Amino acid sequence: MKPSSLSHSVSEKIIETFIHLSAAVSIVGLVLIFIFIGKESLPVFTSPEIRREASLSKIFLPQSPEPGEEKVFRWQPVSVVPKYSLLPLVVGTLKATAVALLFAIPLALAAALFTSEFAPSWLREWVKPVIELLAGIPSVVMGFFALIVMATYVQELFGLDFRLNAISAGIALGLAVVPVVYTMAEDALSAVPQSYREGSIALGATPWQTAWRVVLPAAFPGIFAACILGLGRAIGETMIVLMASGNAAVSSWSPTDPFRSLSATIAAEMGEVVRGSTHYHVLFFIGVLLFLFTFFINYLGQLFVERLRQKLSGTDK
Amino acid sequence: MAATSVHQGNPPAALETPKIAVQDLNLWYGSFHALKNVRVDVLPRKITAFIGPSGCGKSTVLRTFNRMNDLIKGVRVTGKVLIDDHNIYEEDTDLIRLRKRVGMVFQRPNPFPISVFENVAYGPRIHGETRRRRLEELVEKSLRATALWDDLKDRLSTPALGLSPEQQQRLCLSRLLAVEPDVLLMDEPCSALDPIATARIEELAVELSKDFTIVIVTHNMQQAARISHVTAFFLLGELLECGETSQIFTNPKNEKTEQYITGRFG
Ligand SMILES: Nc1ncnc2c1ncn2[C@@H]1O[C@H](COP(=O)(O)OP(=O)(O)OP(=O)(O)O)[C@@H](O)[C@H]1O
Ligand SMILES: [Mg+2]
Repeated sequence: MKPSSLSHSVSEKIIETFIHLSAAVSIVGLVLIFIFIGKESLPVFTSPEIRREASLSKIFLPQSPEPGEEKVFRWQPVSVVPKYSLLPLVVGTLKATAVALLFAIPLALAAALFTSEFAPSWLREWVKPVIELLAGIPSVVMGFFALIVMATYVQELFGLDFRLNAISAGIALGLAVVPVVYTMAEDALSAVPQSYREGSIALGATPWQTAWRVVLPAAFPGIFAACILGLGRAIGETMIVLMASGNAAVSSWSPTDPFRSLSATIAAEMGEVVRGSTHYHVLFFIGVLLFLFTFFINYLGQLFVERLRQKLSGTDK
Repeated sequence: MAATSVHQGNPPAALETPKIAVQDLNLWYGSFHALKNVRVDVLPRKITAFIGPSGCGKSTVLRTFNRMNDLIKGVRVTGKVLIDDHNIYEEDTDLIRLRKRVGMVFQRPNPFPISVFENVAYGPRIHGETRRRRLEELVEKSLRATALWDDLKDRLSTPALGLSPEQQQRLCLSRLLAVEPDVLLMDEPCSALDPIATARIEELAVELSKDFTIVIVTHNMQQAARISHVTAFFLLGELLECGETSQIFTNPKNEKTEQYITGRFG
């Protein structure tokens, strides 16, 4: 008994150490990545030469292209007089994200509610893996599909001027967001104790009333977290928007105009940029922005979800 | 096992028309024959206790009264359950109305994760009540009926899951009363509670039995003896004996009943 229990405890130790190590490596990796990106973006704040072209005010406030002309927001990093306003890119990202979420969240939640509350079990066993498979489609394939197939139909359907626009890119982006939101929302709904459903049905509620008024509110923290996760995915997704957005850095809120997103800008321009140039450092600054965006969204989301959970379970205060 | 089941007559007060009359009820979970020719009467405005060892089918019988068994796949039922002389297993039965009339509290308190007020208002709301005034009245009345009002009247908007287990169980009762049922089914309502809370819930059940027909499933023999008027003893899916509680506990006719209530098995 002794030697085996000894080897048991040794292997236990090894596994534990291994797990701790992997966790540490991923955290250190993340920190190093952030430090690297941060360091490369620092000249935007510190270097006088770079600040002459791309100071924070030049990045965020409107500038006159020529002295005396009207002030505008423009991203033209490789023109004779480079212009580094990030506003068109921010607008593009937000626009595509908004369309994607408007499309994906209702669809994903409806599907999740259907599979967890109404679908017969044989159907659930089909629908769930199929939707989750959607997450496995490489985004370049999704982008290609949006670019070649979907854009045409969307343009015809809505009678749009531009073939590539925030609607078709947003919908393609939404297709990538659906499985993320669906999977987590479905888990949240399935985790609602059966006793709530029984309690409601026993009061004479219909399955629909039960799903809508009891199960959904009970699962709300998890569903909200699912939406936040979907939001993070939409903001960070690069390939789909790169291919389907038309890549025009115009600052227009109209979803029927082409656009360019923050992430796609990095992907498209990083390969050709001169190392150490203003453009190079601004691209890293965009990286920092994206990082902070997602970080804060996740942080605030979690805070809110935690508060909600406590409120529902009556453990707050 | 004997092919025919033994029925030891109806409760003595048989002159009164029963609120619920179960006739030759058989129930199968798939191929498992869980209830065998059960016949039992439940008298109005009395407490009827179902006792018997684990797995004998007490909960199953109870769940036929509001047809909660319909939710389980593969359940098949034959026989009749007459409530106010209407067979609820008839095809034209309106399940929503049935469950509104025949309410149920469960073994574990299961208030919804919403506020106290919303829990109690839930039933009336799903049955179409939208007037705020009326909802407030119903909530107050239902909370008073379970002696929760004084404790909770200033905390109506707090989450129900923050209450103690006893308060939660009372709240589940209030939630039921708010839809104005006439039968209350209680499946081991005290099994998650401490003895003091149990005693108080028992008191409440006795109080409620003035207005409601109550069927309670219990493993606690003293509880059945203390609060019920009629006791039914089940064994392996059959009703072995049913009679006035005092008779069952002092002078059981069936040998198995005697063995069970004296704690020799179960
Ligand atoms: N959903 C189900 N599917 C299959 N068999 C079931 C199901 N529910 C109950 N049974 C079986 O039916 C029989 C009666 O169950 P029931 O829950 O009515 O017993 P009970 O008397 O309430 O027991 P307990 O005192 O443990 O609550 C048991 O043998 C049980 O295994
Ligand atoms: Mg039971």
